[in-house]
Amino acid sequence: MAATAETSRPVRRRGRRRSNPLDYSRKTWMRLTMGGAFFFLYFPIVSLIVFSFNDSKRNITWKGFTLRYYEKAYENSQLHETFLNSMIVASISTTVATVLGAMLGLALYRFRFPAQGPYEGMVHLPIVIPEICLAVAMVAFFATFEIPLGLFTITVSHIAFSIPFVAVVVRARMAGFDRSLEEASYDLGASQWQTFWNVTFPYMQPGLVAGALLAFTLSLDDFVITFFTSGPGSTTFPIKIYAMVRFSVSPEVNAASTVLIVVTLVLTITALAIQSRASKG
Amino acid sequence: MENWRHNKLAFAVLALPPTAWLVIFFTVPLIIMWVYSFAERGPQGQILLAVNFANYLRAIEWIHLGIIWKSIWIAAITTVITFAVGFPLAMGIAFAPQKWKNPLLLLVILPFWTNLLIRTYAWIAVLRTRGFLNFGLEWVHEKLSVVLAFVGLGGVMGEFQPLELLYNQKAVVIGLVYVYLPFMVLPVYATLEKLDKSYLEASLDLGAGHWRTLLSVTIPLALPGILSGCLLSFILSMGTFLTPDLLGGTDSEMIGNLIARQFSSSRDWPFGAALSFLLLYLTFLILWVRASLAGRQQGPV
Repeated sequence: MAATAETSRPVRRRGRRRSNPLDYSRKTWMRLTMGGAFFFLYFPIVSLIVFSFNDSKRNITWKGFTLRYYEKAYENSQLHETFLNSMIVASISTTVATVLGAMLGLALYRFRFPAQGPYEGMVHLPIVIPEICLAVAMVAFFATFEIPLGLFTITVSHIAFSIPFVAVVVRARMAGFDRSLEEASYDLGASQWQTFWNVTFPYMQPGLVAGALLAFTLSLDDFVITFFTSGPGSTTFPIKIYAMVRFSVSPEVNAASTVLIVVTLVLTITALAIQSRASKG
Repeated sequence: MENWRHNKLAFAVLALPPTAWLVIFFTVPLIIMWVYSFAERGPQGQILLAVNFANYLRAIEWIHLGIIWKSIWIAAITTVITFAVGFPLAMGIAFAPQKWKNPLLLLVILPFWTNLLIRTYAWIAVLRTRGFLNFGLEWVHEKLSVVLAFVGLGGVMGEFQPLELLYNQKAVVIGLVYVYLPFMVLPVYATLEKLDKSYLEASLDLGAGHWRTLLSVTIPLALPGILSGCLLSFILSMGTFLTPDLLGGTDSEMIGNLIARQFSSSRDWPFGAALSFLLLYLTFLILWVRASLAGRQQGPV
């Protein structure tokens, strides 16, 4: 005991001294650079949130705390209506995209099939192509088949670009799955469906929840594709904010934006927490 | 992985519905666009199907080539600045104590999860003539004037002129750097994190300074991540629409805005489709370069 303590102490000390010059995060210049970068990342959003509570129309100097603009935004019936629209679109799109995305993720995880490379490229394409290209393609598509633009077309487009994201999350979750559990289930006489429902599905669940939350945030946040696929009477929350932003910078917009920021942050952090707990467990 | 032939039913049940959805609502729209890109525009803006390359030729006319070139230029500057800001940030996180790494990474990603529109709008509030930045500058100006008046130099500073920070190319670049910074930090961090720190120690032990170690050891070893981050922020900025739309002025129209305009006020869908496909081809080219670089990196080692 005493001998190990004696030998381990100098080793540890030498190790510490050797790693010291690489301890860049302790250096003042590094801390300043990082501080600057984080300031750049947070200053605009934080000032937007802070000034949504400011009791001044000019929005620049701090005149005291108020919830007036939240009340105003709350009483704005158009904001209400568009928020409801966003929620409808996001809920339907999330439900469908989660089911279809999970199926896709499972298929990609489980099977080897011909033309797999090109197929994977095709299904992941919505993640990588510029949003504006997808947006105008959807417009051209709906116009060709004479489908009137509205909540339906928005939802359909949202589902299309959410599927690959859900599939990626579910597939990543399934990568840690032990296939022998399924084999054991078959050996014990369970059918394919029973095996899926009682063995595979419970393991997949955290991935499913994380994928669904991701799809919900993507849908709630999307502006470009929604902007192009929306028609009269189907304005969503971000589009309403866009219209207000074009008009002027006002504390009411700040208040509405803050609400949306809080909603998406809560959803995202929940998703991250579920994912990290699942990966530990 | 199991061969699809062993369980055709399960494969069909799993793969067919999502594939059908993506084919109908993603692949078919792209094919329609591709067909339109060879069509002609009728006098009322309707689409007359044809096979000609006039739309593609129009895209390389001087006026449009200018916009494409400007998009490339803005994307390139954005990439350089994103690297200059993102690399130190990624390095700081990679060399931070273990327990700080994840919270710091989360801090980098968090703004990315707030709405793109709101993040862009936040910059309008910062940069406009009566925005936070000009307000801060005015405050500094005022205090400086007082100090200068005190030492007998009153009036040297003159009236405060608010800076024109919004609705120009600089504002667009700032907005783009802001939006795409996480896309630089994450891949660079990933390579720096995996990097064998003993190379850096060896370099320092052999007498190289920190700068020399950074330039001739750290950066070359982190090159795959750096390239990946640069290519990502380049294609993302190339294809942007919202940032120049909100923060830019007449001098900062980018290819995304040009495409959008063909589908709204100009009503020239075939031309917009051709532009859109040019942007897509460029995106694919860059993604292919990125994939082949990544493949070469993994291959021989």
